[in-house]
Amino acid sequence: MDAVTDLTRLTIAEAREGLDKKSFSARELTQAYLQAMEAARDLNAYIVETPERALQMAEASDRRIAEGTAGPLEGIPLGIKDLFCTEGVHSQAASHILDGFEPRYESTVTSNLWRDGAVMLGKLNMDEFAMGSSNETSYYGPVKNPWRSKESNADLVPGGSSGGSASAVAAFLCAGATATDTGGSIRQPAAFTGTVGIKPTYGRCSRWGIVAFASSLDQAGPIARSVKDAAILMNSMASVDPKDTTSVDVPVPDYTEEIGLSLKGMKIGLPKEYRLDGMPEEIERKWAEGAAWLKDAGAEIVDISLPHTKYALPAYYIVAPAEASSNLARYDGVRYGLRVDGEDIAGMYENTRSAGFGAEVKRRILIGTYVLSAGYYDAYYLKAQKVRTLIKRDFEQAFEAGVDAILTPATPSAAFGLGSMATASPVEMYLNDIFTVTVNMAGLPGIAVPAGLNASGLPLGLQLIGRPFDESTLFRAGQVIEDAAGRVSPEAWWKVA
Amino acid sequence: MSVDVATVKRIAHLARIAVTEEEAAALQGELNTILDWVEQLGEVDVADVEPMTSVVATTMRKRRDEVTDGGRATDVTANAPETEDGYFIVPKVVE
Repeated sequence: MDAVTDLTRLTIAEAREGLDKKSFSARELTQAYLQAMEAARDLNAYIVETPERALQMAEASDRRIAEGTAGPLEGIPLGIKDLFCTEGVHSQAASHILDGFEPRYESTVTSNLWRDGAVMLGKLNMDEFAMGSSNETSYYGPVKNPWRSKESNADLVPGGSSGGSASAVAAFLCAGATATDTGGSIRQPAAFTGTVGIKPTYGRCSRWGIVAFASSLDQAGPIARSVKDAAILMNSMASVDPKDTTSVDVPVPDYTEEIGLSLKGMKIGLPKEYRLDGMPEEIERKWAEGAAWLKDAGAEIVDISLPHTKYALPAYYIVAPAEASSNLARYDGVRYGLRVDGEDIAGMYENTRSAGFGAEVKRRILIGTYVLSAGYYDAYYLKAQKVRTLIKRDFEQAFEAGVDAILTPATPSAAFGLGSMATASPVEMYLNDIFTVTVNMAGLPGIAVPAGLNASGLPLGLQLIGRPFDESTLFRAGQVIEDAAGRVSPEAWWKVA
Repeated sequence: MSVDVATVKRIAHLARIAVTEEEAAALQGELNTILDWVEQLGEVDVADVEPMTSVVATTMRKRRDEVTDGGRATDVTANAPETEDGYFIVPKVVE
């Protein structure tokens, strides 16, 4: 490996140190990533590369480093999920219906990153409108997982919806990435790619300028190659934003201070309802191993019960489509994106939306329209929101009993084959989020941390769930898992010379 | 509860999504699979349970009623498929 590609192997923390010591310039670091991106186009992780803007930003970083005014992310090259509005740059939620959309404004989360000195490499692929668990619903085609099984060269999915983010981080195509999570879209792809992903508490990161899917569930968060890097990115992404009325007015702590702290006196709960019938033995074993690591680090492990767990996913598939059907009503061929003419204005709307949305998005809009339609609201949406209250209460009772964090598997399996779910029913795909969706329904923070490889050499992840606004504990306990399991990275089979 | 093809077409029209006969038939099966699956929520006793209105206990933030932005008609219409003099152009609605 030559010296230039070596730079992409650095963590954010290491890269920051190298930049400050002038071991290399921000321009050199950005160049190394741009080369890696070019050589890895087969993964389809990026929808749009922005090399000119990246180099300009890197040069500005070099000037600030020389002046001694470097920010906490100065010169760090990042990939941005296509769901985030970036001024003057392709922001289309990986959908055909937003063709040509280049917003005239910048999302709060990305503004925070640029304020702190980060460099934008491009926009990352994702499931259309963040609806999917395999990154196969993108208008721009599926993303490949940089990981392959030891037994086969078949392509695997990176998970979704933040599949481009996870794939790019795992394949060293950016130092870290932004992502979003409505039912597991940060944590499931992180688990499938051996990366770290955290969904913060609802209200911790501003949703302003992020294309809305299900507004009461959506949260932004980072995907990174280490727990510490995720903490560094969270320090910048989290903020209190007057432009988002659901942004909660709680100060942002320095999450990196938690890294390396002891777990002594901490109580970790293992919810018995997460032990599913027919769950692969490797998942069960990894979960037990994770509990042992936390115990060795001084935590007390206790069994807990979250009785309404099994109802979280069906309730989610009422609440999320209902909110999506309302949010996606704005794509009507008038104000932005695609327009397909019709006989009259209603015909134009119908033709535009028929051509512009993919199959999964249409399915969810129709389910959402149905459950909100006259006569069905009480039976579906109201009922689901009541079930949601019970799910949240389960967690509250566990925390009231003294549990500091909850340990679960992140996913019910390792990454599966690209196209392998093509003939499955929609519900089978939805089951991917069975361990992650409860966290969105209750608005809690959850982190997925790599916990080693399975027998086929594929990464498995563990999830830690915390109290509201206690991301700090997740970083602290997450670091213990990372220290015990070690960081993992795939063989670079995708490189084009 | 399950949906028939006529209901699928009605919902699709409400959602302003044109569907062909084949699409409506396929969607009927898919939607019924999902609706059958969410039926299990019927097992949950929700008597005396309040529906969730906010996932984080917080009072709604208010701001002063003042102009903080505006006067950006060109920015607003910049991404529209068809515009003229700062207006969105749509097919004729009234004769």
